[in-house]
Amino acid sequence: MAEKLLELRHISKKFSGVTALEDVSIDIEPGEVLTLVGENGAGKSTLIKVITGAHHPTEGELWFEGKKIENNSPAKAKELGIGVIYQELNMMPTLTVAENIFYGKELKKGIMLRRKEMLEKSNEIIQELGANIDASKRVSELSIAEQQIVEIVKAVSEDIKLLIMDEPTAPLTNSEIEKMFDIVERLRKRNVAILYISHRLEEVFRISERTVVLRDGKHVITVPTRDIDRQMLIKYMVGRELGQEYPARTTEIGEVILKADHFVNEHLKDCSLELKKGEILGLAGLVGAGRTEMARAIFGADPLKSGELTLHGKKVRIKSPEDAISHGIGLITEDRKNQGLLLNQGIDYNVSYANLKSVCKFGVINKKKETQVTKKYVEAMDIKIHSMGQMAKTLSGGNQQKVVLGKWLATNSEILIFDEPTRGIDVGAKSEIYQLMRRLIEEGKSIIMISSEMPELIGMSDRILVMHDGRITGEISDSEVTQEKILEFATR
Amino acid sequence: MNKKGNGGVSKVLSQFAILIALIILLIFFSVTTDGFLSTTNIFNIMRQVAVNGIAAVGMTMVIVTGGIDISVGSMMGVASVCCATLMVRGMHPVLAVLLVLLLGLAIGTAHGCFVYDIGLPPMIATLATMSILRGVTYIISGGLPVYGFPEGFNVIGQGYIGPVPVPVIIMVICFVIGWFILERTSFGRYVYGVGSNREASRLSGVNVRKVIYGVYGLCGMLAAMSGVVLLSRVNSGQPKAGESYEMDIITAVVLGGVSTNGGEGRIGNVIIGLLLMGVLLNGMVMMNIPDYYQRVVKGFVLLLAISYDKLSQKRANKK
Repeated sequence: MAEKLLELRHISKKFSGVTALEDVSIDIEPGEVLTLVGENGAGKSTLIKVITGAHHPTEGELWFEGKKIENNSPAKAKELGIGVIYQELNMMPTLTVAENIFYGKELKKGIMLRRKEMLEKSNEIIQELGANIDASKRVSELSIAEQQIVEIVKAVSEDIKLLIMDEPTAPLTNSEIEKMFDIVERLRKRNVAILYISHRLEEVFRISERTVVLRDGKHVITVPTRDIDRQMLIKYMVGRELGQEYPARTTEIGEVILKADHFVNEHLKDCSLELKKGEILGLAGLVGAGRTEMARAIFGADPLKSGELTLHGKKVRIKSPEDAISHGIGLITEDRKNQGLLLNQGIDYNVSYANLKSVCKFGVINKKKETQVTKKYVEAMDIKIHSMGQMAKTLSGGNQQKVVLGKWLATNSEILIFDEPTRGIDVGAKSEIYQLMRRLIEEGKSIIMISSEMPELIGMSDRILVMHDGRITGEISDSEVTQEKILEFATR
Repeated sequence: MNKKGNGGVSKVLSQFAILIALIILLIFFSVTTDGFLSTTNIFNIMRQVAVNGIAAVGMTMVIVTGGIDISVGSMMGVASVCCATLMVRGMHPVLAVLLVLLLGLAIGTAHGCFVYDIGLPPMIATLATMSILRGVTYIISGGLPVYGFPEGFNVIGQGYIGPVPVPVIIMVICFVIGWFILERTSFGRYVYGVGSNREASRLSGVNVRKVIYGVYGLCGMLAAMSGVVLLSRVNSGQPKAGESYEMDIITAVVLGGVSTNGGEGRIGNVIIGLLLMGVLLNGMVMMNIPDYYQRVVKGFVLLLAISYDKLSQKRANKK
């Protein structure tokens, strides 16, 4: 057996008490392609960050070429020859390909740049990788796929030994993906090891020798890829107990009240869905599948290229969140700090914000009424505050989320879209939010729920639509839903 | 009713600090100069503060949304000279004033368009109009003072109601209206909301465009009002009227605890900032400090106020 290039020994990582990685041991050999798979939140990103030195492990050791890495940091990892290609590219669009490749390590003669030499060197590596990009072009003129190749070239020019690729094919077309695989193959022949993260299971079988499965921060298994099939891989990835108790439904589901037809925009490729009165419709899918984008499109937060929305059998045009709210639609965004709250304003300002009109007369706020409304929702949601004017940023995550929910309850919308409603909040607050959703349903409201936590999605939803790559790839009814089925559609 | 002491203890303390600075300055100038505390001089300060104060109300709203308008000085000039020219050509003063206020509103609204629809940085958009408006002021006046107004017009700038100068009354009215808008209307609430978190505001159904147009429009109109008061006070339309006043106004607003990051600050406190600036400017004149040196001092005061705001922001974020 060849000498190990990188070894992770019993790595654990805790974030203020929450375990993101628990006793993970993996290794990678020179010239090997190792794929890393797992659901959302399985710990893949944390693992990458531990390797690249962005996070320090709480416990455990990293060994590189037989030596222990002490005090890992992004600079140290780079020095050792560990390169990363993230999904978001880090380039200066107005500079040329060559300038980007040599950014921060320009070849100079005195203070003069040796432009020609840098250009030649860049072209050389590009050709070696079998790509066809002119290094004198500006990066902004390149396609996403080409930009990604430039990132790889940049990494290769630094003489890397290990390249970590985080979902490199997500934004690529099929033919571009083939090219990417070709490049991976060439890198491997140069004895570069590759740690490849992908949500597309086909790719795992295409390119990797071994596969590591993570689940809930734990290392499930490392297997030679040829020894397993897709079904087995999915089994390894899920295998989680449903655990939590979900409140049972007590009311009937009614007629269709919202119908989105053929929604197309930058991120959505022809998505249609129907929501019935009194229903919780789950939207499943992996990160980047287009769930949030679908929600935002329905809510008018992002423009549509084409598509039709029908509410109560009538066609409506929703061009802004303002329109959506006046039509009785609310969106509880996933990012409460940047999109949900006025962090440096009081609880009362936040709760009444989306529904200020109801406490106003001719644009003048009735403070008494506002305080009443705020109080009502603070009590209904059991938000722990010490005064109405307390700034939202001083609250805990769970209480902040309740403030956002209170704001939307105050609008009395009949359709509510919950985007990751329980992200980053504790178990107690989670179960309160489940109870709340049930209560809303009992009051005749309808809910679209987006969640990356499959047990929660399965537990709460009456019906689940699965998205992948901007499309709706499957519909699963409550009676036949399993985590395996969802993943099957979500990785298609 | 300012129970929402934004920023809690530290903001209250910083407002306290400004108040103490004001008192120290008052003591300092009354000891070092003759006649600083005389009734005439106090009224002088008040009238000067009034001119800046009217424009500061609009500026406060703009800065609370996270923007800025550095064209207010030039706007005062244009308003002043336009109003003067209209009256000299025989228009009734009331009509002339109303027209000039409308002009301010229109130009301010145009700022809103540049900032929201075209997406220009407010500083740059208003830098451009600052130059344009000042140029227009010189063109209209031919570079010469315009004078000879109907009798009675000077009441706006020089009159008294009881013992109180009319400009001060106008300023107080503007502040009360400004306070009412910011604290009691949905528009005012959205001004704070947009300054705190523009995206969250949009996603809460706020028409952000209306808010941006509104604050810049009001700011333009109030600057024009300032220009009219200034015109009446000096009783002639000076092409240089209002030049570099934006500096004093912005400094006063920032000293009043309005954060340039947006979303924070209460209009009531801006009065303290205005008084501090008024006392400082007047005191320096009384001490016969040359204009050149005064400019240096003013620049440092602005730097100090803004640095203090940023640093306390940073400290709050670290917590």
